[in-house]
Amino acid sequence: MPVTHIKNNFKAPECDGDILAVNDLHFSYPDGHSALHGVSLKLCEGDKVALVGPNGAGKSTLMLHLNGILGGKGEVEIAGMRLNRDNLPAIRAQVGLVFQNPDDQLFSPTVFEDVAFGPLHMGLPEDEVRARVESALEAVRMTNYRDRLSHHLSVGEKKRIAIATVLSMNPSLLVLDEPSAGLDPRARRTLINLLRDLPITMLVSTHDMKLVEELFPRTIVMDEGKVVADGLTMDILKDESLLNAHGLEKP
Amino acid sequence: MHFDAFDRYHDIESFLHRLDPRVKAVVTIVFILSNALLPDGAWLAFLTAWLFLLLANYLSKLGLGYSLKRSIIALPFALIAITVLFSIPGNPLTTFRFITWDFTITDAGLLRFVSILIRSWLSVQMAILLVAVTRFPDLIHALEHLRVPAVLTTIIAFLYRYLFVLTDEVFRLLRARESRSAAATGTRSGGGVFWRAKVAGNMAGQLFLRSYERSDRIYNAMIARGYAGHLYTLNPHEMKSRDYYVTAFAVLIIFVMQVIGRF
Repeated sequence: MPVTHIKNNFKAPECDGDILAVNDLHFSYPDGHSALHGVSLKLCEGDKVALVGPNGAGKSTLMLHLNGILGGKGEVEIAGMRLNRDNLPAIRAQVGLVFQNPDDQLFSPTVFEDVAFGPLHMGLPEDEVRARVESALEAVRMTNYRDRLSHHLSVGEKKRIAIATVLSMNPSLLVLDEPSAGLDPRARRTLINLLRDLPITMLVSTHDMKLVEELFPRTIVMDEGKVVADGLTMDILKDESLLNAHGLEKP
Repeated sequence: MHFDAFDRYHDIESFLHRLDPRVKAVVTIVFILSNALLPDGAWLAFLTAWLFLLLANYLSKLGLGYSLKRSIIALPFALIAITVLFSIPGNPLTTFRFITWDFTITDAGLLRFVSILIRSWLSVQMAILLVAVTRFPDLIHALEHLRVPAVLTTIIAFLYRYLFVLTDEVFRLLRARESRSAAATGTRSGGGVFWRAKVAGNMAGQLFLRSYERSDRIYNAMIARGYAGHLYTLNPHEMKSRDYYVTAFAVLIIFVMQVIGRF
Protein backbone atom coordinates (compact mmCIF):
# COMPACT_ATOMS: atom_id res chain seq x y z
CA MET A 1 0.00 0.00 0.00
CA PRO A 2 1.49 3.33 -0.96
CA VAL A 3 2.21 5.64 1.90
CA THR A 4 0.53 8.95 1.43
CA HIS A 5 1.88 11.94 3.22
CA ILE A 6 -0.95 14.07 4.36
CA LYS A 7 -0.20 17.73 3.86
CA ASN A 8 0.36 18.60 7.45
CA ASN A 9 -2.15 20.86 8.97
CA PHE A 10 -0.66 21.64 12.33
CA LYS A 11 -1.93 24.88 13.65
CA ALA A 12 0.75 27.10 15.09
CA PRO A 13 -0.73 28.99 18.02
CA GLU A 14 -2.19 32.34 17.05
CA CYS A 15 0.61 34.83 17.36
CA ASP A 16 1.66 38.01 15.64
CA GLY A 17 5.36 37.56 16.37
CA ASP A 18 5.91 40.32 18.89
CA ILE A 19 9.17 38.77 20.12
CA LEU A 20 10.52 37.17 16.96
CA ALA A 21 9.32 37.26 13.40
CA VAL A 22 11.36 35.60 10.66
CA ASN A 23 10.07 35.94 7.16
CA ASP A 24 11.32 34.02 4.12
CA LEU A 25 14.94 33.70 5.22
CA HIS A 26 17.45 32.30 2.73
CA PHE A 27 21.10 31.64 3.40
CA SER A 28 24.04 29.94 1.68
CA TYR A 29 27.46 29.48 3.26
CA PRO A 30 30.41 31.06 1.48
CA ASP A 31 31.45 27.61 0.16
CA GLY A 32 28.16 27.44 -1.75
CA HIS A 33 26.45 24.99 0.58
CA SER A 34 22.94 26.31 0.95
CA ALA A 35 21.49 25.99 4.43
CA LEU A 36 18.21 27.88 4.62
CA HIS A 37 15.49 27.98 1.96
CA GLY A 38 12.78 30.38 2.96
CA VAL A 39 12.34 29.92 6.69
CA SER A 40 9.45 31.73 8.32
CA LEU A 41 8.39 31.57 11.94
CA LYS A 42 6.88 33.68 14.69
CA LEU A 43 7.39 33.67 18.42
CA CYS A 44 5.35 35.50 21.01
CA GLU A 45 6.04 36.59 24.54
CA GLY A 46 6.19 33.60 26.89
CA ASP A 47 6.45 30.97 24.15
CA LYS A 48 8.70 28.04 24.89
CA VAL A 49 9.41 26.46 21.56
CA ALA A 50 11.47 23.41 20.61
CA LEU A 51 13.31 23.39 17.31
CA VAL A 52 13.91 19.84 16.15
CA GLY A 53 15.20 18.19 13.02
CA PRO A 54 18.10 16.05 11.81
CA ASN A 55 21.70 17.22 11.81
CA GLY A 56 22.29 19.59 8.93
CA ALA A 57 18.66 20.71 8.84
CA GLY A 58 19.73 24.33 9.35
CA LYS A 59 18.79 24.74 13.01
CA SER A 60 22.12 26.20 14.11
CA THR A 61 22.34 28.34 10.98
CA LEU A 62 18.92 29.78 11.76
CA MET A 63 19.96 30.51 15.32
CA LEU A 64 23.06 32.37 14.19
CA HIS A 65 20.76 34.63 12.17
CA LEU A 66 18.67 35.63 15.14
CA ASN A 67 21.23 38.10 16.42
CA GLY A 68 22.90 38.92 13.19
CA ILE A 69 26.07 36.81 13.37
CA LEU A 70 25.08 35.49 9.96
CA GLY A 71 23.15 37.64 7.56
CA GLY A 72 21.04 35.94 4.92
CA LYS A 73 18.38 37.19 2.57
CA GLY A 74 15.04 37.82 4.20
CA GLU A 75 13.57 39.60 7.17
CA VAL A 76 14.30 39.09 10.85
CA GLU A 77 12.44 41.17 13.41
CA ILE A 78 13.23 41.04 17.11
CA ALA A 79 10.86 42.68 19.57
CA GLY A 80 9.59 44.95 16.83
CA MET A 81 13.07 45.93 15.58
CA ARG A 82 14.17 45.06 12.07
CA LEU A 83 17.56 43.43 12.16
CA ASN A 84 20.03 45.65 10.36
CA ARG A 85 23.43 47.12 10.91
CA ASP A 86 22.18 50.07 12.93
CA ASN A 87 20.28 48.25 15.62
CA LEU A 88 22.54 45.22 15.77
CA PRO A 89 23.89 46.14 19.24
CA ALA A 90 20.35 46.64 20.56
CA ILE A 91 19.27 43.32 19.09
CA ARG A 92 22.23 41.49 20.57
CA ALA A 93 21.08 42.68 23.97
CA GLN A 94 17.59 41.32 23.24
CA VAL A 95 18.63 37.88 22.02
CA GLY A 96 20.58 35.66 24.39
CA LEU A 97 22.31 33.08 22.24
CA VAL A 98 23.83 30.11 24.07
CA PHE A 99 26.14 27.98 21.98
CA GLN A 100 26.28 24.23 22.10
CA ASN A 101 29.83 23.90 23.39
CA PRO A 102 30.16 25.78 26.68
CA ASP A 103 33.92 25.95 26.19
CA ASP A 104 33.25 28.29 23.28
CA GLN A 105 30.81 30.32 25.29
CA LEU A 106 32.91 30.76 28.41
CA PHE A 107 36.01 32.57 27.28
CA SER A 108 36.92 34.61 30.34
CA PRO A 109 39.20 33.35 33.09
CA THR A 110 36.60 33.55 35.87
CA VAL A 111 32.87 32.89 36.02
CA PHE A 112 32.20 36.41 37.25
CA GLU A 113 33.94 38.03 34.30
CA ASP A 114 32.13 35.83 31.84
CA VAL A 115 28.71 36.66 33.24
CA ALA A 116 29.67 40.34 33.42
CA PHE A 117 30.91 40.40 29.81
CA GLY A 118 27.51 41.10 28.21
CA PRO A 119 26.34 43.82 30.63
CA LEU A 120 29.75 45.50 30.52
CA HIS A 121 29.58 45.70 26.76
CA MET A 122 26.14 47.19 27.01
CA GLY A 123 27.83 50.07 28.82
CA LEU A 124 25.98 49.64 32.10
CA PRO A 125 27.32 51.24 35.29
CA GLU A 126 29.32 49.06 37.66
CA ASP A 127 26.64 48.61 40.33
CA GLU A 128 24.12 47.56 37.74
CA VAL A 129 26.60 45.08 36.24
CA ARG A 130 27.27 43.53 39.63
CA ALA A 131 23.56 43.32 40.42
CA ARG A 132 22.86 41.65 37.09
CA VAL A 133 25.65 39.13 37.55
CA GLU A 134 24.26 38.27 40.96
CA SER A 135 20.70 37.79 39.74
CA ALA A 136 21.82 35.82 36.67
CA LEU A 137 23.90 33.48 38.81
CA GLU A 138 21.00 33.16 41.22
CA ALA A 139 18.66 32.28 38.36
CA VAL A 140 20.88 29.32 37.42
CA ARG A 141 21.56 28.60 41.11
CA MET A 142 25.30 29.07 40.84
CA THR A 143 25.96 32.03 43.15
CA ASN A 144 28.80 30.23 44.90
CA TYR A 145 30.68 29.86 41.63
CA ARG A 146 31.33 33.58 41.16
CA ASP A 147 35.09 33.42 41.58
CA ARG A 148 35.68 29.97 40.14
CA LEU A 149 37.80 29.46 37.06
CA SER A 150 35.77 28.36 34.07
CA HIS A 151 38.05 25.49 33.09
CA HIS A 152 37.66 23.92 36.52
CA LEU A 153 33.91 23.37 36.10
CA SER A 154 32.07 20.23 35.04
CA VAL A 155 30.13 20.20 31.77
CA GLY A 156 26.79 20.60 33.56
CA GLU A 157 28.10 23.53 35.55
CA LYS A 158 29.56 25.12 32.43
CA LYS A 159 26.19 24.82 30.69
CA ARG A 160 24.41 26.61 33.49
CA ILE A 161 27.03 29.34 33.65
CA ALA A 162 26.75 29.70 29.86
CA ILE A 163 23.03 30.36 30.30
CA ALA A 164 23.81 32.88 33.05
CA THR A 165 26.16 34.73 30.70
CA VAL A 166 23.22 35.69 28.50
CA LEU A 167 20.61 36.05 31.27
CA SER A 168 22.72 38.88 32.66
CA MET A 169 21.85 40.89 29.54
CA ASN A 170 18.13 40.60 30.40
CA PRO A 171 17.25 39.32 26.93
CA SER A 172 13.66 39.05 25.76
CA LEU A 173 14.45 35.88 23.83
CA LEU A 174 16.67 33.02 24.91
CA VAL A 175 18.08 30.87 22.11
CA LEU A 176 19.74 27.63 23.15
CA ASP A 177 21.61 25.23 20.87
CA GLU A 178 21.32 21.64 22.12
CA PRO A 179 21.45 22.44 25.82
CA SER A 180 21.12 18.86 27.05
CA ALA A 181 23.77 17.31 24.78
CA GLY A 182 26.50 15.54 26.71
CA LEU A 183 24.93 15.91 30.14
CA ASP A 184 24.57 13.10 32.66
CA PRO A 185 21.02 12.41 33.87
CA ARG A 186 21.34 14.50 36.99
CA ALA A 187 22.82 17.50 35.22
CA ARG A 188 20.15 17.12 32.54
CA ARG A 189 17.41 17.08 35.17
CA THR A 190 18.82 20.21 36.81
CA LEU A 191 18.89 21.90 33.43
CA ILE A 192 15.30 20.92 32.63
CA ASN A 193 14.08 22.31 35.94
CA LEU A 194 16.05 25.45 35.31
CA LEU A 195 14.58 25.97 31.83
CA ARG A 196 11.09 25.29 33.11
CA ASP A 197 11.42 27.92 35.83
CA LEU A 198 12.93 30.67 33.68
CA PRO A 199 10.16 33.14 32.90
CA ILE A 200 11.43 34.04 29.47
CA THR A 201 10.60 33.34 25.85
CA MET A 202 12.85 30.62 24.49
CA LEU A 203 13.70 28.80 21.29
CA VAL A 204 15.62 25.61 21.95
CA SER A 205 17.21 23.41 19.33
CA THR A 206 17.53 19.82 20.50
CA HIS A 207 17.58 16.12 19.60
CA ASP A 208 16.30 15.19 23.03
CA MET A 209 12.64 14.35 22.27
CA LYS A 210 11.91 13.53 25.91
CA LEU A 211 12.98 17.03 26.76
CA VAL A 212 10.70 18.39 24.03
CA GLU A 213 7.74 16.44 25.33
CA GLU A 214 8.33 17.51 28.89
CA LEU A 215 9.16 21.15 28.48
CA PHE A 216 7.87 22.71 25.30
CA PRO A 217 4.19 23.16 24.43
CA ARG A 218 5.11 24.08 20.85
CA THR A 219 7.50 22.42 18.41
CA ILE A 220 8.95 23.50 15.10
CA VAL A 221 10.35 20.77 12.83
CA MET A 222 13.04 21.75 10.35
CA ASP A 223 14.56 19.69 7.57
CA GLU A 224 16.74 20.60 4.61
CA GLY A 225 16.63 24.29 5.41
CA LYS A 226 12.85 24.56 5.66
CA VAL A 227 10.26 24.58 8.39
CA VAL A 228 8.26 21.41 7.71
CA ALA A 229 5.93 21.53 10.68
CA ASP A 230 5.02 24.03 13.35
CA GLY A 231 2.41 23.24 15.96
CA LEU A 232 1.51 21.87 19.34
CA THR A 233 4.08 19.38 20.57
CA MET A 234 1.47 16.77 21.48
CA ASP A 235 0.08 16.82 17.94
CA ILE A 236 3.49 16.59 16.30
CA LEU A 237 4.68 13.77 18.53
CA LYS A 238 1.54 11.80 17.62
CA ASP A 239 2.29 11.98 13.89
CA GLU A 240 4.63 9.06 13.40
CA SER A 241 4.86 9.39 9.64
CA LEU A 242 6.06 12.97 10.01
CA LEU A 243 8.61 11.99 12.65
CA ASN A 244 9.91 9.11 10.54
CA ALA A 245 10.13 11.22 7.40
CA HIS A 246 12.48 13.63 9.17
CA GLY A 247 14.58 11.19 11.10
CA LEU A 248 13.01 11.85 14.46
CA GLU A 249 11.93 9.42 17.11
CA LYS A 250 8.94 9.30 19.37
CA PRO A 251 10.10 9.78 22.97
CA MET B 1 47.58 15.30 32.41
CA HIS B 2 45.26 17.62 34.21
CA PHE B 3 44.99 21.37 34.42
CA ASP B 4 46.67 21.27 37.82
CA ALA B 5 49.90 20.65 35.99
CA PHE B 6 49.77 24.29 34.91
CA ASP B 7 47.93 25.90 37.76
CA ARG B 8 50.67 26.78 40.17
CA TYR B 9 48.49 28.88 42.42
CA HIS B 10 48.42 27.71 46.03
CA ASP B 11 45.26 28.48 47.87
CA ILE B 12 46.46 29.45 51.33
CA GLU B 13 46.26 32.58 53.40
CA SER B 14 49.48 34.51 53.68
CA PHE B 15 50.82 38.01 53.73
CA LEU B 16 51.85 37.74 50.08
CA HIS B 17 48.54 36.23 48.99
CA ARG B 18 46.67 39.18 50.43
CA LEU B 19 48.81 41.84 48.76
CA ASP B 20 47.34 43.67 45.80
CA PRO B 21 48.36 41.84 42.60
CA ARG B 22 49.70 45.10 41.16
CA VAL B 23 52.24 45.31 43.98
CA LYS B 24 53.36 41.75 43.39
CA ALA B 25 53.64 42.24 39.64
CA VAL B 26 55.57 45.50 39.95
CA VAL B 27 57.95 44.21 42.59
CA THR B 28 58.63 41.07 40.57
CA ILE B 29 59.33 43.05 37.41
CA VAL B 30 61.56 45.54 39.23
CA PHE B 31 63.40 42.69 40.94
CA ILE B 32 64.04 40.93 37.62
CA LEU B 33 65.15 44.19 35.99
CA SER B 34 67.48 44.92 38.87
CA ASN B 35 69.01 41.46 38.60
CA ALA B 36 69.60 41.98 34.93
CA LEU B 37 71.29 45.32 35.59
CA LEU B 38 73.65 44.14 38.34
CA PRO B 39 77.26 44.02 37.13
CA ASP B 40 79.09 40.72 36.75
CA GLY B 41 80.52 39.34 39.96
CA ALA B 42 78.51 41.57 42.31
CA TRP B 43 78.44 38.75 44.82
CA LEU B 44 77.25 40.79 47.78
CA ALA B 45 74.35 42.19 45.75
CA PHE B 46 73.44 38.70 44.55
CA LEU B 47 73.45 37.58 48.16
CA THR B 48 71.13 40.45 49.11
CA ALA B 49 68.81 39.54 46.26
CA TRP B 50 68.77 35.96 47.42
CA LEU B 51 67.96 37.00 50.98
CA PHE B 52 65.15 39.19 49.63
CA LEU B 53 63.85 36.17 47.75
CA LEU B 54 64.05 34.03 50.88
CA LEU B 55 62.09 36.67 52.77
CA ALA B 56 59.41 36.58 50.07
CA ASN B 57 59.34 32.78 50.28
CA TYR B 58 58.98 33.02 54.02
CA LEU B 59 56.13 35.53 53.79
CA SER B 60 54.29 33.33 51.29
CA LYS B 61 54.08 30.51 53.89
CA LEU B 62 55.01 28.08 51.13
CA GLY B 63 58.29 27.17 52.80
CA LEU B 64 61.76 28.64 52.42
CA GLY B 65 62.78 26.16 49.73
CA TYR B 66 59.58 26.41 47.69
CA SER B 67 60.79 28.49 44.75
CA LEU B 68 64.18 26.74 44.80
CA LYS B 69 62.58 23.36 44.19
CA ARG B 70 60.45 24.65 41.35
CA SER B 71 63.21 26.64 39.71
CA ILE B 72 65.23 23.61 38.70
CA ILE B 73 63.10 22.96 35.62
CA ALA B 74 64.05 26.39 34.29
CA LEU B 75 67.80 25.93 34.71
CA PRO B 76 68.46 24.20 31.36
CA PHE B 77 67.46 27.44 29.63
CA ALA B 78 70.42 29.15 31.25
CA LEU B 79 72.66 26.84 29.23
CA ILE B 80 71.95 29.06 26.24
CA ALA B 81 74.48 31.38 27.85
CA ILE B 82 77.20 28.74 27.73
CA THR B 83 78.88 30.36 24.74
CA VAL B 84 80.03 33.31 26.86
CA LEU B 85 82.47 30.92 28.53
CA PHE B 86 84.54 30.92 25.37
CA SER B 87 83.71 34.18 23.69
CA ILE B 88 84.79 36.80 26.25
CA PRO B 89 88.44 37.78 25.93
CA GLY B 90 90.49 37.35 29.11
CA ASN B 91 93.11 35.17 30.73
CA PRO B 92 92.74 31.60 29.52
CA LEU B 93 91.97 29.10 32.26
CA THR B 94 91.85 25.90 30.30
CA THR B 95 91.65 24.72 26.71
CA PHE B 96 90.07 21.60 25.33
CA ARG B 97 89.66 20.12 21.92
CA PHE B 98 86.28 19.24 20.49
CA ILE B 99 86.56 17.36 17.17
CA THR B 100 88.61 19.94 15.24
CA TRP B 101 87.94 23.07 17.25
CA ASP B 102 89.89 24.40 20.19
CA PHE B 103 87.83 25.88 22.99
CA THR B 104 89.40 28.18 25.53
CA ILE B 105 87.63 29.09 28.73
CA THR B 106 88.66 32.51 30.03
CA ASP B 107 88.34 33.90 33.54
CA ALA B 108 86.20 36.80 32.34
CA GLY B 109 83.97 34.33 30.47
CA LEU B 110 83.58 32.15 33.52
CA LEU B 111 82.72 35.15 35.68
CA ARG B 112 80.06 36.30 33.24
CA PHE B 113 78.62 32.82 32.84
CA VAL B 114 78.26 32.28 36.59
CA SER B 115 76.74 35.76 36.97
CA ILE B 116 74.20 35.09 34.24
CA LEU B 117 73.35 31.77 35.84
CA ILE B 118 72.75 33.40 39.23
CA ARG B 119 70.75 36.28 37.74
CA SER B 120 68.42 34.06 35.76
CA TRP B 121 68.07 31.64 38.62
CA LEU B 122 67.06 34.40 41.07
CA SER B 123 64.66 35.95 38.55
CA VAL B 124 62.97 32.67 37.68
CA GLN B 125 62.41 31.95 41.35
CA MET B 126 60.68 35.28 41.90
CA ALA B 127 58.44 34.69 38.90
CA ILE B 128 57.57 31.23 40.19
CA LEU B 129 56.68 32.69 43.54
CA LEU B 130 54.54 35.38 41.90
CA VAL B 131 52.43 32.79 40.10
CA ALA B 132 52.15 30.70 43.25
CA VAL B 133 50.69 33.50 45.36
CA THR B 134 48.57 35.31 42.75
CA ARG B 135 45.55 33.95 40.94
CA PHE B 136 46.06 34.21 37.23
CA PRO B 137 43.01 36.41 36.48
CA ASP B 138 44.18 38.79 39.19
CA LEU B 139 47.56 38.94 37.55
CA ILE B 140 45.96 39.83 34.23
CA HIS B 141 43.97 42.57 35.93
CA ALA B 142 47.11 43.86 37.55
CA LEU B 143 48.74 44.11 34.14
CA GLU B 144 45.69 45.97 32.83
CA HIS B 145 45.88 48.45 35.68
CA LEU B 146 49.56 48.89 34.95
CA ARG B 147 48.63 50.05 31.44
CA VAL B 148 49.91 47.01 29.60
CA PRO B 149 48.23 47.23 26.16
CA ALA B 150 44.82 45.53 26.10
CA VAL B 151 45.81 43.44 23.10
CA LEU B 152 48.58 41.80 25.10
CA THR B 153 46.55 41.16 28.23
CA THR B 154 43.70 39.80 26.13
CA ILE B 155 46.03 37.40 24.37
CA ILE B 156 47.42 36.25 27.70
CA ALA B 157 43.93 35.80 29.14
CA PHE B 158 42.78 33.75 26.16
CA LEU B 159 45.94 31.71 26.21
CA TYR B 160 45.34 30.91 29.85
CA ARG B 161 41.70 30.03 29.30
CA TYR B 162 42.24 27.81 26.27
CA LEU B 163 45.57 26.22 27.12
CA PHE B 164 43.67 23.60 29.06
CA VAL B 165 41.10 23.06 26.34
CA LEU B 166 43.91 22.70 23.85
CA THR B 167 45.90 20.21 25.93
CA ASP B 168 42.72 18.22 26.45
CA GLU B 169 42.31 18.17 22.69
CA VAL B 170 45.89 16.97 22.25
CA PHE B 171 45.40 14.19 24.77
CA ARG B 172 42.18 13.11 23.10
CA LEU B 173 44.03 12.87 19.79
CA LEU B 174 46.89 10.95 21.37
CA ARG B 175 44.49 8.58 23.08
CA ALA B 176 42.64 7.99 19.83
CA ARG B 177 45.91 7.14 18.12
CA GLU B 178 47.04 4.91 20.95
CA SER B 179 43.85 2.91 21.08
CA ARG B 180 44.24 2.08 17.41
CA SER B 181 47.97 1.43 17.54
CA ALA B 182 47.57 -2.29 17.60
CA ALA B 183 49.84 -5.05 16.33
CA ALA B 184 48.82 -8.18 14.48
CA THR B 185 50.10 -11.25 16.29
CA GLY B 186 53.70 -11.94 15.36
CA THR B 187 54.40 -8.56 13.76
CA ARG B 188 56.01 -5.50 15.19
CA SER B 189 53.66 -2.63 15.88
CA GLY B 190 54.30 0.82 14.56
CA GLY B 191 55.09 1.00 10.85
CA GLY B 192 57.95 2.98 9.36
CA VAL B 193 59.40 6.18 10.72
CA PHE B 194 58.12 8.21 7.78
CA TRP B 195 54.66 6.84 8.11
CA ARG B 196 54.64 7.67 11.80
CA ALA B 197 55.97 11.15 11.12
CA LYS B 198 53.14 11.61 8.63
CA VAL B 199 50.57 10.58 11.22
CA ALA B 200 52.06 13.01 13.73
CA GLY B 201 52.01 15.74 11.09
CA ASN B 202 48.36 15.05 10.35
CA MET B 203 47.59 15.28 14.03
CA ALA B 204 49.31 18.64 14.30
CA GLY B 205 47.33 19.86 11.29
CA GLN B 206 44.14 18.49 12.77
CA LEU B 207 44.87 20.34 16.00
CA PHE B 208 45.46 23.57 14.14
CA LEU B 209 42.22 23.23 12.19
CA ARG B 210 40.22 22.46 15.29
CA SER B 211 41.72 25.41 17.13
CA TYR B 212 41.08 27.65 14.17
CA GLU B 213 37.44 26.62 13.99
CA ARG B 214 37.11 26.95 17.73
CA SER B 215 38.45 30.49 17.58
CA ASP B 216 35.72 31.23 15.06
CA ARG B 217 33.04 29.91 17.38
CA ILE B 218 34.48 31.82 20.33
CA TYR B 219 34.46 35.00 18.31
CA ASN B 220 30.80 34.37 17.47
CA ALA B 221 30.04 33.87 21.15
CA MET B 222 31.77 37.15 21.86
CA ILE B 223 29.97 39.24 19.28
CA ALA B 224 26.70 37.58 20.31
CA ARG B 225 27.21 39.28 23.64
CA GLY B 226 28.06 42.66 22.25
CA TYR B 227 31.83 42.48 21.69
CA ALA B 228 32.94 45.21 19.31
CA GLY B 229 36.70 45.11 19.49
CA HIS B 230 37.15 46.30 23.03
CA LEU B 231 37.28 44.33 26.25
CA TYR B 232 35.89 45.80 29.45
CA THR B 233 36.49 44.61 32.96
CA LEU B 234 35.40 45.75 36.37
CA ASN B 235 38.07 46.85 38.77
CA PRO B 236 37.95 44.35 41.60
CA HIS B 237 41.12 45.55 43.32
CA GLU B 238 41.89 48.41 45.57
CA MET B 239 45.31 49.54 46.76
CA LYS B 240 45.40 49.78 50.53
CA SER B 241 47.98 51.74 52.51
CA ARG B 242 49.73 48.46 53.33
CA ASP B 243 50.20 47.83 49.62
CA TYR B 244 51.94 51.18 49.18
CA TYR B 245 54.23 50.55 52.15
CA VAL B 246 55.23 47.13 50.85
CA THR B 247 55.96 48.52 47.39
CA ALA B 248 58.08 51.31 48.85
CA PHE B 249 59.95 48.90 51.13
CA ALA B 250 60.63 46.40 48.33
CA VAL B 251 61.76 49.06 45.87
CA LEU B 252 64.04 50.51 48.55
CA ILE B 253 65.68 47.13 49.16
CA ILE B 254 66.14 46.62 45.43
CA PHE B 255 67.68 50.06 45.18
CA VAL B 256 70.10 49.24 48.03
CA MET B 257 70.92 46.04 46.14
CA GLN B 258 71.90 48.11 43.12
CA VAL B 259 74.03 50.42 45.25
CA ILE B 260 75.82 47.46 46.86
CA GLY B 261 76.40 45.92 43.46
CA ARG B 262 77.90 49.01 41.89
CA PHE B 263 80.17 50.40 44.58
